[in-house]
Amino acid sequence: MVLAPADRAAVLALWRKLGTNVGIYTTEALERTFVAFPSSKTYFLHLNLSPGSAQVRAHGQKVANALILAVNHLDDLPRTLSYLRELHTHKLRVDPVFFKLLCHCLLVTLARHYPGDFSPNMHASLVRFLNHVISALAPSSG
Amino acid sequence: MVYFTAEEKAAITGLWGKVNVEEAGGEALGRLLVIYPWTQRFFDSFGNLSSASAIMGNPTAKAHGKEVLTSSREAIKNLNNLKDAFAKLSELHCDKLHVDPENFRLLGDVTVIVLATHSGRECTPDVHAAWQKLVSGVATALAHKYH
Repeated sequence: MVLAPADRAAVLALWRKLGTNVGIYTTEALERTFVAFPSSKTYFLHLNLSPGSAQVRAHGQKVANALILAVNHLDDLPRTLSYLRELHTHKLRVDPVFFKLLCHCLLVTLARHYPGDFSPNMHASLVRFLNHVISALAPSSG
Repeated sequence: MVYFTAEEKAAITGLWGKVNVEEAGGEALGRLLVIYPWTQRFFDSFGNLSSASAIMGNPTAKAHGKEVLTSSREAIKNLNNLKDAFAKLSELHCDKLHVDPENFRLLGDVTVIVLATHSGRECTPDVHAAWQKLVSGVATALAHKYH
């Protein structure tokens, strides 16, 4: 799976700008997903989901680490994310629709915090990047 | 039937009052055409859609985007009866325009993102969630008369 050069450059540049704050935004994306799409909480009933929860923050950081890994391995996403695909498919049994909802909420989060960087082209590049990540995580790409 | 709580209605009308609706509508439709290129098939008569900058600057696209969001402004006055509010538009989009209803959901989500770029800290998770409920209700209402 290959992302076009312009998309890669855009996503890499934004991720560089986010720096060590990726976890803050993925955590916010999770919190937004729980509020806007309450059925998504079904996968996290073992966690304290109240606002500011350290457990949600910890999971947000895991999501951030996975996205940083993905950004640095754009040419080999299925293999890079294969462990996560196995985990989410067979152990956690997450409906891939959840990944779409979380990615949408991540876009809303980034749009809210970085409006000046969120041009239509950047928006399009992020959608393409996140779609590649979702494809690598979902069972059909196995 | 979708029901909106008083807080959700306040979140929707509150944000609506702060955002330039016409501009946001044009931007949302433009982004839809850029990010999901198949949607351009419904807008052949719009003229130059050959690049992102052409699309975002296209006056016909902007005007249509404004019209789409303005019709939603009317819907906001009928939040607890979106199906009736959008009945005629639903028939139009099915019988004349032949638009796959999935595209209404895509435009709804793009609209929420555009509103987030314009509203900054006002776009709290609760306000965001109220808007998701609105765009989902509108998309469902628009698909309601399909056959």
